[in-house]
Amino acid sequence: MWQRLASELPDFFGYYNVIFLAKAALATIALSFIGSLTGAVIGFGAAVVRLTQARALATLRWATVLFTELFRRIPFLVTLMLVFFVFQLSGFDLPLFVIALIAVFLIATAYLAEIIRAGLESVHRNQWDAAAAMNFSLPETIRYIVLPQAWRVILPPAFGFFILFIKDTALASQIGVIELTYAGKVLNNKGFSAALVFGALLVIYFLISYPLALLGVRLEAWLAASRTR
Amino acid sequence: MSYTLQFGQVWPYLPTLAAGALLSLQIAFLAFCGGLLIGTAGAAALSFGGTWIRPVVRVYVVFFTNTPQLVQIYFLYFALPDAGILLSSFNAVLLGMTLNAGAYLTEIQRAGFESVHLAEVEAAEVLGFSRWQQILYVILPHVARVLFPPLSNQYILMTLGTSMAAIFGVEELTGRAFNVNAQTFRSIEVFSLTAALYVIVTFAATALLAVTGRLAFRAKMRIV
Amino acid sequence: MQHLELADVSAAYGAHRVLNGVSLALDHGEIMGLIGPSGSGKSTILRVLVGLLKPTAGQVRIDGEPIDYGSAADVAKARERCAIVFQQYNLFHNMTALENVTIAPIKIKKRPRADATAEGSRLLAKVGLGDKLSWYPDELSGGQQQRVAIARALALKPEILLLDEVTAALDPELVSEVLDSIRVLAREGMTMLVVSHEMGFIREVASRVAFIADGRIVEMGMPTHIFDAPREQRTAEFVSKILRH
Repeated sequence: MWQRLASELPDFFGYYNVIFLAKAALATIALSFIGSLTGAVIGFGAAVVRLTQARALATLRWATVLFTELFRRIPFLVTLMLVFFVFQLSGFDLPLFVIALIAVFLIATAYLAEIIRAGLESVHRNQWDAAAAMNFSLPETIRYIVLPQAWRVILPPAFGFFILFIKDTALASQIGVIELTYAGKVLNNKGFSAALVFGALLVIYFLISYPLALLGVRLEAWLAASRTR
Repeated sequence: MSYTLQFGQVWPYLPTLAAGALLSLQIAFLAFCGGLLIGTAGAAALSFGGTWIRPVVRVYVVFFTNTPQLVQIYFLYFALPDAGILLSSFNAVLLGMTLNAGAYLTEIQRAGFESVHLAEVEAAEVLGFSRWQQILYVILPHVARVLFPPLSNQYILMTLGTSMAAIFGVEELTGRAFNVNAQTFRSIEVFSLTAALYVIVTFAATALLAVTGRLAFRAKMRIV
Repeated sequence: MQHLELADVSAAYGAHRVLNGVSLALDHGEIMGLIGPSGSGKSTILRVLVGLLKPTAGQVRIDGEPIDYGSAADVAKARERCAIVFQQYNLFHNMTALENVTIAPIKIKKRPRADATAEGSRLLAKVGLGDKLSWYPDELSGGQQQRVAIARALALKPEILLLDEVTAALDPELVSEVLDSIRVLAREGMTMLVVSHEMGFIREVASRVAFIADGRIVEMGMPTHIFDAPREQRTAEFVSKILRH
């Protein structure tokens, strides 16, 4: 087996294969990054909605709670299938990458809404009270007092989610998105041995994920140290 | 192209899907138990092991937590046969999930072990507890209470993680959803129902674990 | 007309009743002290006035106008007329002393930045912190933070100042500097409701004192009456326990 692997290596790392894998790796990172970023924006809105108290917004609040609770309890593969079929059967002709991106976006929104809400609520009640007593509205309180203090608490787990989801994007290969895992299956079908292909995939995923994870640890330590400002 | 929702065609398959959900819980449970054993050994090795064992455990943990579980299972299922080891799809999934869980559970349990305060152990020692009694009456209850929430959470995540077994033909919930979809072509209804089942099952499991945790370990856990 | 009136106000946190029909009235420029054991409801009265807790019964009137705490507009009006200084100072950690004082005037009251900054500097100087405008709360002592909180409340140009145990969280040696600032305000004729344990201070500045226990006013009168010759048994017990120290 090892001889076979050794003989395949030069072909495996041929020019076109490397480009192919590199593009696929980029797609993998992009799926998680863009999905997480857009999810953070809408998730922020969802977190703020959950903090409102106005009776008029009650339906919106309940819808937000429902959304975040549901999409954190559905496996990514199932969400992916749902999004895929909803778009396919309603006639929209979206690229597969976009469909996968929408699925990532939905889940990211749900998770990040919770992370952001926890971060906003981590700011001491005193700060909220003082702002309220001075007639700050909820958006003003969040903008001038709470968010400037909360973002340090929000950033590490949010970044952690982005890194985590890079691994979950592997499931997008099921609907044919040309990310890293799909690229591996293509190469395997071309004739390269499974051990080489999937071994290489594991290494590539590791090389993407681990440095980012270390960066995340650094980031968290740096933010905690500068917490007093 | 218009598509009208017809749940009527999918309802009859509810029992099959529910049975699949049960299988998902079972697979997750088996992998969790195996992972727990690995995790205990790994955490113990990291805390008490010699200079040789610690890097090995660290490499294992770092590798399995930074690579996708799907690709890990792909490797076990497609690559091992080249070396002469043939695993059925069920076994490949189970082994992959177990090894993956072992890595995460090593981390969780290591944090739990490190949370035991020296003061508690010294207090027990001064009161006359033997080493074994210290472990039984002071360390284990504390560690159990600290670990119960994150371990429960990991189990719930693993239950959701069994969904990828469908890719290998295992007939847990998602696998059966694929089958029903192939038979009825009512894709949106099938996968909506599947999603609903996952939500219900994880809610029930979380609630059960939270209640158990509060009663047995006085561990406080949120349900929602 | 009374400046501030509470007529039979009750309030609760969920099922737990904290105020049971509290009635009091303050004239313009009058200073009333609120004393009582912990949990008696003294701070709750202040929180109700500034809209952090809705009353379940009774009415609050400022200059004769009733405040409907169910209406956001009315609550906003009440907050414009009453400013509160909290026991825990509640300064915004992410802003300097000057920014803490000027943020509400600029962002909420929409005053021009230059005016608010000038006024803020003046107020901070008034409480003795003119040289610490760009210091952050975690660089200031407790007493200094509390004085910033007082300046912040004054920047809103309130008619009524509510002081909630403002020296309770301070080290003893820092108490007098805060009380000095309040004495200045008292001399200037600010209407104030002061919740405090500092009996000597209350005796000095307050024209009337109310003793509160179990969410109701047990006895109200002039300081000499309450402290030296209380009519109620409970008042006497409380006062003797406090003054023993």
